[in-house]
Amino acid sequence: MAKKPTPSVALAVAPNARIRELITPEGVDLRLQLAEASERAAAFLLDVAIMVGALIAMTIVVIVVMILAGVAGGQAGFEAMAIIWLLGFFVLRNFYFTLFELTSRAATPGKRIMGLRVASRNGAALTADAIFGRNAMRELEVFLPATFLFANGHDVDALLSTLGIVWTGVFVLFPLFNRDRLRVGDIVAGTWVVKTPRRRLLRDMADTDFAAHRAFTFTHAQIDAYGIKELHVLEEVLRRYEAQTVAAVAARIRGKIGWTRGDTEGDGDFLDAYYRALRGRLEQKLLFGKRRRDKFDTA
Amino acid sequence: MAELRLKSSRFRAEREPDWRRLEALLTRVEKGSAASLSVDELIAAPVLYRAALSSLSVARATSLDQSLIDYLESLSARAYFLVYGSRVTALERAGRFFARDWPQAAQSMWRETLICFGLTLIGTLVAFILTTQDPNWYGAFMPAGMAGGRDPAATTAALRATLFDNYHSKGLSVFATALFTHNSGVALMAFALGFAFGVPTAMLELQNGCVLGAIFALFVSHHLGVDLGGWIFIHGVTELFAIMLAGGGGMRIGWALAFPGRRTRLAAAAEEGRRAATLMAGVVVMLLCAGLLEGIGRQVIQVTWIRYAIAASTGVAWLSYLYVPRNWPSSERSSQPDAVNAHG
Repeated sequence: MAKKPTPSVALAVAPNARIRELITPEGVDLRLQLAEASERAAAFLLDVAIMVGALIAMTIVVIVVMILAGVAGGQAGFEAMAIIWLLGFFVLRNFYFTLFELTSRAATPGKRIMGLRVASRNGAALTADAIFGRNAMRELEVFLPATFLFANGHDVDALLSTLGIVWTGVFVLFPLFNRDRLRVGDIVAGTWVVKTPRRRLLRDMADTDFAAHRAFTFTHAQIDAYGIKELHVLEEVLRRYEAQTVAAVAARIRGKIGWTRGDTEGDGDFLDAYYRALRGRLEQKLLFGKRRRDKFDTA
Repeated sequence: MAELRLKSSRFRAEREPDWRRLEALLTRVEKGSAASLSVDELIAAPVLYRAALSSLSVARATSLDQSLIDYLESLSARAYFLVYGSRVTALERAGRFFARDWPQAAQSMWRETLICFGLTLIGTLVAFILTTQDPNWYGAFMPAGMAGGRDPAATTAALRATLFDNYHSKGLSVFATALFTHNSGVALMAFALGFAFGVPTAMLELQNGCVLGAIFALFVSHHLGVDLGGWIFIHGVTELFAIMLAGGGGMRIGWALAFPGRRTRLAAAAEEGRRAATLMAGVVVMLLCAGLLEGIGRQVIQVTWIRYAIAASTGVAWLSYLYVPRNWPSSERSSQPDAVNAHG
């Protein structure tokens, strides 16, 4: 990375290729993050596992009730259970995804576990027809390939099955071949899948014990050694607070800014104080419209 | 001491209680439903959401606390989906669907539906003519599993028995359910295959017609054509129409992908896809009706002319429900893609 001609650009705060603009009606960009293909695959597999589990549970319940009903109610009870099973299977196969995505979370259990949700690509409210449409397409993406994959050798010859698998493979792997990780259903419904992580509000690292910082007074030149990128790295180091890293980083900074270590000076206190001083300085610049990206940024 | 505190830290301390309130509210909604909120909370939600958004703007402009900005971004996004999410209840949604959305979608896709009708008709005629001339064609058109003993080798009496005997009278409702679930699968497939530029959908419609033509040729050769008509059309009008509509929806998607016109390909696919999906939801309803007619109505009613009467009335009913022009109340906004921009 250091070889790049413009290091200040190359080292800018990790650009994420999956961040998409979503401007709210209030005019604020929410910078949604799209789900990775791997996360969506994991969510899907979780959902399949849940569906299969539900199917097995339903079958066991129906069989048990059937035996009981067969004893008590005869033919009618038997039929009722058969219908319940058929409809249950039908709903599970065709509407599992649709029904869950119609709820306020707009996510199936698998997506919830992975911290994902479905959203409309244009930022408008997610409508029922879009959810129905995106899941009806699973017929093409899931069930048709599965038919070819598990095709009985007696019915279709091998060449035909193979061609079928290749053809439907195009639909299965569709999300890997576009920037927005859209699957066929997403294209047809105008939706995409975004991350909705539930982040906790962490401690403000600059809001610490001020008394311990009294000993540290940095000159402007010392503070100006770093930019925002380094500030964020330092924030991470302080949050994790691993003794070795803290010592190493403190030594590094002392070397860079030419700070002589006092006798009773702790590494943690030094970093705390420097973090606050650096943040204060950079935020002050921010107020004047200067966003100093990193240490190479001299503008 | 206070002046030692950074401005951004003070800002955060001042606003934090509001964020916490919003977060607690969101957590509750996401766990259960919006119904769990009290009236006060419902009124507070948009206010807290806007406060969080404004905090986010301020934080982005003035704070370098990365975790704070991450937190506010995730909080605002969660609140955005609550505040600008869909507000209609399931009942309202269903009402609008039957009163307006479904017939509207069907009307806008009449051309594709007509094409599917034409394809089915061509398939029927071709299979009928070929099978009439050479009964060996029958096996080519009829999937082995569907024939159920109705093959050229069967006697007239045996064929007649398949039309009128109460062979399913014991498990009628199970039979109806099985047929409904099977046909819905076929219709969904016809719809989804539309994505491949509509070609497989067209083939599916043709093949559907071929099966019909072959079975007619067989029964006509035994002079049972009229009775077969009653046997098939009592539910077939609904079922075949539903599959044509599904195919039409699929073709519309394929068409929009191939020829998006002045829209971008993605925008065209999304717009037509949603409309076709509305139609598809209607198709499932129709297939439910068809399954009931086939599984119960056909087995209970054994007189051919009554079967025809039911077939004709279902045909008239569907056609007039879906295609008779009426004045739609003008509220087109929710399905329009620019809803967000229009607000801003």
